[in-house]
Amino acid sequence: MSNKETISKTVTVAFLLCIVCSIVVASSVVLLKPIQQKNKALNLKANILAAAGLLKEGASAAEIESTFASIDARIVDLDTGEYVEPSVVGKQTALAYDQRKAAKDPALSAPIPGDEDIASIKRRVKYAKVYLVQNGSQVETIILPVSGYGLWSTLHGFLALEGDANTIAGFGFYEHAETPGLGGEVDNPRWKGIWPGKKVYDLDGQAGTLDGTSGASSWSGKKKSNVEDGKPQPQIRLVKGAVDKTRKDAVHLVDGLSGATLTSRGVTNLVQFWTGEHGFQQYLERMRKGV
Amino acid sequence: MSDVTAKKVLFEPVFTNNPIALQILGICSALAVTTSMELSIVMGLAVCAVTGLSSAAVATIRSQIPSSIRIIVQMTIIASLVIVVDQVLRAFAYEISKQLSVFVGLIITNCIVMGRAEAFAMQNTPAMSFLDGVGNGLGYAVILLIVAFFRELLGAGKLFGVEIFATVNDGGWYVPNGLLLLPPSAFFIIGFIIWALRGWKKAQVEPADYKMSAHKVKEAF
Repeated sequence: MSNKETISKTVTVAFLLCIVCSIVVASSVVLLKPIQQKNKALNLKANILAAAGLLKEGASAAEIESTFASIDARIVDLDTGEYVEPSVVGKQTALAYDQRKAAKDPALSAPIPGDEDIASIKRRVKYAKVYLVQNGSQVETIILPVSGYGLWSTLHGFLALEGDANTIAGFGFYEHAETPGLGGEVDNPRWKGIWPGKKVYDLDGQAGTLDGTSGASSWSGKKKSNVEDGKPQPQIRLVKGAVDKTRKDAVHLVDGLSGATLTSRGVTNLVQFWTGEHGFQQYLERMRKGV
Repeated sequence: MSDVTAKKVLFEPVFTNNPIALQILGICSALAVTTSMELSIVMGLAVCAVTGLSSAAVATIRSQIPSSIRIIVQMTIIASLVIVVDQVLRAFAYEISKQLSVFVGLIITNCIVMGRAEAFAMQNTPAMSFLDGVGNGLGYAVILLIVAFFRELLGAGKLFGVEIFATVNDGGWYVPNGLLLLPPSAFFIIGFIIWALRGWKKAQVEPADYKMSAHKVKEAF
């Protein structure tokens, strides 16, 4: 205990402590990484199944793997809406394509013009990976990857559409870092339960002239008309409070999240982006025409 | 710290000197994670591990720590251990770690951990400090479990995710009390626990800060 208050002693203790602590932290991260990645991959598959409504409660890892094996992964060219071979993105199988990695690769993605980047993702992939649940030759569910910025974080999730490429079958995020209890409520099963049955596009003009100002107000800044350039524009969006069921366009509206204005706005924007012209609009159009 | 015995340091914090109920520390995470029993158990274990190991580590090098940087040294040790615990949870309890989200990381800011390192581990042997840390973690976990018991049972009609009361949503009879799933309800429950504990152990009752004066009726005229 003689002289522990000298400057050299202080510096030595601080230095050694930092070395020891960083070794402990680094080794725990490195050693546990393989197990964590396995968990993450399984969680991703479980979320794809959950979006399509194929996930049984309490399913084991093996059950998830076997159900997932029945789902078909395909690569879609977002500009033309056509399927392409996995070799276009330099992979053997469609499943091996990592769309999130591709979004950072200049060869496989392109920047989005600022004012059209409503989901704030900056770069968009040229080729997207979609999952199809098929019954014979009939497509039952189309599962689309979606992502966009909320309040704190980029939300990554899956939007599942029924075979008509318009009716939502399920929706959910597998990764986000929104405020627990507020924006984090995007994980709430009751909120996710609102989505199935909602329609992305107003194909037959049922909702008539959409009136965003009456009743519950929409969070989305840009109001899109029903059809632009002969292509249906996404109408799906979140509104403040509960949806008034008597509204003509109620089928396109989803309850907003209380206390999470920016997350709700982000969810609206990302869904509209990925079903809009930069997203899967062409692909979904082709699916509807059955080509 | 007159007489330090293993039994005393381990079990005294559970009821007699409970960190939450008597010292009113670590309330924030107690409000956040007590919506289900499962989360509370994992959180309690995580805090036990962090307080135990950090106290032991601080006690081991206590004679080497210069007093000018002792708080920083304690923080570094605690922060490293919290990261390790977080990584372990992500590897072996992925679902639960997703639900606990930021609150595992926030163990760093839990006053109990630092309080024990500063108040106990700086003066005692590593073994005793470890037991003291685990004991305080247990004291925290016990309160968490009591709060979670009421919140999950009355708020969701379940315990450990198993249905106890059939809720109206599932065609049963029980109308769940939504307030109990929100953080404020934990305040009420912790308040009741403190009340009950002080009714049982009178020594915990603090002397009143002020005296109420007698009410006198004054006539207007």
